[in-house]
Amino acid sequence: MSDLVKSMDSAVETVSIICIVFISISILMLLYRVIIGPTNPDRAVALDTIGINLMALVGLIAILLETTRLNDVVLLIGILLFIGTIALAKFLEKGVIIDRDLD
Amino acid sequence: MLFAVFFPLLLACLIPFLSRYKHKVHTGFFVLLAPLSIFLYFVSFIGHDFEPVMKSYPWIPSLDITLNFHLDGLSLLFVLLISGIGALVTFYSIYYLHKSERLGHFYVYLLLFMAAMFGVVLSDNVFVLYTFWELTSISSFLLIGYWNHRERSRYGALKSMLITVFGGLSLLGAFLLLTVITKTTSIHEMIQQADLILSSDYLPLIMTFIFLGAFTKSAQFPFHIWLPDAMEAPTPVSAYLHSATMVKAGIFLIARFSPIFSTNEWFFIIVSGIGIITLCWGSYMAVRQTDLKGILAFSTISQLGMIMAMLGFGTEAAIFGAVFHILNHATFKGSLFMIAGIVDHETGTRDIRKLGGLMTLMPISATLAFFGTFSMAGVPLPFLNGFYSKEVFFESTLELNNTSLAFAEILRTAIPYLAVFGSIFTFVYSMYLVFGTFRGEKHLDQLPKKPHEAPIGMLIAPSILILGVIIIGLFPNLVNESFLAHTASAILGEAYHPHEIKFWHGFITPLKMSLVVVGVGTVLFIFRKKWSGVYQAIPGRLSMNKVYDTIVNGTKTVSARITNSYMNGSLRRYMALILAAIIVVSLGTMYLTDGFTIELHPDTLADIKLPEILVAATMAIAAITTIFTRNRIAAILILGVVGYGLSILFVIYRAPDLALTQLVVETITVGLFLLCFYHLPNLRPRTESIGFKSVNLIISIGFGLLMTLIAISAHSSKWYSTIADYFIHTSHDLGGGDNVVNVILVDMRGLDTLFEITVLGIAALGIYGLIKLRAKKGAE
Repeated sequence: MSDLVKSMDSAVETVSIICIVFISISILMLLYRVIIGPTNPDRAVALDTIGINLMALVGLIAILLETTRLNDVVLLIGILLFIGTIALAKFLEKGVIIDRDLD
Repeated sequence: MLFAVFFPLLLACLIPFLSRYKHKVHTGFFVLLAPLSIFLYFVSFIGHDFEPVMKSYPWIPSLDITLNFHLDGLSLLFVLLISGIGALVTFYSIYYLHKSERLGHFYVYLLLFMAAMFGVVLSDNVFVLYTFWELTSISSFLLIGYWNHRERSRYGALKSMLITVFGGLSLLGAFLLLTVITKTTSIHEMIQQADLILSSDYLPLIMTFIFLGAFTKSAQFPFHIWLPDAMEAPTPVSAYLHSATMVKAGIFLIARFSPIFSTNEWFFIIVSGIGIITLCWGSYMAVRQTDLKGILAFSTISQLGMIMAMLGFGTEAAIFGAVFHILNHATFKGSLFMIAGIVDHETGTRDIRKLGGLMTLMPISATLAFFGTFSMAGVPLPFLNGFYSKEVFFESTLELNNTSLAFAEILRTAIPYLAVFGSIFTFVYSMYLVFGTFRGEKHLDQLPKKPHEAPIGMLIAPSILILGVIIIGLFPNLVNESFLAHTASAILGEAYHPHEIKFWHGFITPLKMSLVVVGVGTVLFIFRKKWSGVYQAIPGRLSMNKVYDTIVNGTKTVSARITNSYMNGSLRRYMALILAAIIVVSLGTMYLTDGFTIELHPDTLADIKLPEILVAATMAIAAITTIFTRNRIAAILILGVVGYGLSILFVIYRAPDLALTQLVVETITVGLFLLCFYHLPNLRPRTESIGFKSVNLIISIGFGLLMTLIAISAHSSKWYSTIADYFIHTSHDLGGGDNVVNVILVDMRGLDTLFEITVLGIAALGIYGLIKLRAKKGAE
């Protein structure tokens, strides 16, 4: 029984690390997109995807570290990403993030 | 004795109140009280049975600084000069200064100066001496600049201040060295330890510092230049400070310390050499002056040089001559200044080219001037005191000790000739002074005022001084044994047995020298117009004033240039300088102290895992790319990657709270940057030179390297165990929480958090203020 648990654990660990590596490669490729551009919307979208990859990364690390304390971080990244991307989009569209006069 | 020093200071505090009544009673009458009472008190000490008196009052006992007042023969001479001439000058100033002047200021400064001078000559403690020394500089500065609406006054005051304070500070250096060597602050104890000082390695330094202090104060060559410019002061000040008292402070200092240093050969070389040069140069330059006070200023310089030279000789006769001449010079020079002031007061000018033929108009002043100048010239007449001291001077130049140094030997042979040379010119300017003013043609049309004899009150003070000249001249032995002998023994450090001063010694060499002086001097005086062209050649365009002006103005321009060279207003330049300085200093320190340690022990280093490498690589690529990105928005977005990468590192290193905070802060920062960039104008990108870029590159790489080295070093040298275990174990029991980070933030170290909150609050208020409270356009 304990052997089974142990092998399960090591399997989870291996899978996590493989996933981390792939996500990292994905982040690196997205970074290439952020750097190269060519336009700012390209960068914004790439940044947004990097954020999603980060969520995954944090989740995998949480599995690896066997902790539940990092769940907040995952949720926070989700919210910030949404807000950040909207702000960026608005900035790229109108040049301002917060409109001065609403009426 | 404390009374003597502090009574003038006390009175100075009262003067502003008393000077309100100046239209009824001239403020000077109140002031007269101080020097007169002190003079009468100290006169009682004169006598054959004079014994030095020592009084001690605590001031700063823990630093061994006590108000030690030591009245020996030397102090007594100076105290009597200061108080006696002080009383006469005060009396003279009552008639000289009109009631419409700011009398309160004048007398406060004068009393301040008087107290400072008493302090200088009575102090036995070197630091107390230094305190009073600087007080004389400051009060003299105030007095020279008394008519501060005149540009020349301010220039003269500043010049004298700079030069004398320069000397004063070097004097402080000497005193500190002496104190360190002898472990005492008392002068007479230092004199007892003279051997220790003479064998010290610091002896050259001490002597240089003391000489600088004394020579600047006493206007010796080449520091004499402040004295002629100090003549812009009111005449009573010139008479008092710049003939009788302050300029003799340097003489006093040399005399006071000569028991320590006089056995050293360099003491003779420097003091005598400088003294004799000053004597010759001062008297030579005095003939060239056209201003009465200018002549007297250079005459003072040359006479001080003569006294200084005699102190340098160090023989019994020379010391006695110096002491005697201090007294004589004070009497005749004080009176001559007062007469110059009278002439100025009654004719409106001091320019000797406009004056002439005043003898019949001002007979009393003319008589006084005759006595004063003939005494100054050293004319061999039995009722002039100047002759006696001049003859002692000649005598002492002839009997100098043999020395071993070759240089001193040359000086020894040259001194008698130089002395005669200087005295010839002394004779010439003295004659020029008196005959140019009181004889010759009258130029009444050129004078601003119609000349007439001065009021009687003005004539009293110079008359008393001239009376002193004559009395000492007629009965030179009156002051000899009972008074000057004590002074000479104080300087010599051993009992001095006075010889009788005689007018007629027989037809000996000093008398021949005097006759040569009178003969050649007369010829030179008569044909003065013929040879005055020599001043075009020497000094010609050369002068120490030029050196002084060059130094003062040069300091200004050079320092302005230095400041402008690095303070160019560019923040980049400052940043580069700051970082470069940090690199050089830190690397230097690490190199010199061998502070760099690397300890790659597996126990202290954790294993490197793949995710860390990947995150770090991502961050590094993003960071490097930021530098080369041209697009601003892109730069910010790429920088955002670095921030997010950091938060992932926090996650990997198990710091969820930090990761949360970092994420939020990074997002807000990126947002703020975007907000700012929207408002930035579209400027053309600056193109920097390769040199500028490469310097920046070197500095940035160096700084990064430095930080890396410091981090590795710090990690490799863990000397104490961490206190983290304490927090981990007690956070639940003491703090009531399981989140150790938060317990530390709000319980264990809540104070830090409080002030971080404050910082945020201030920042928020500051931003609000910056946005809302914008000054209107055009406002400063």
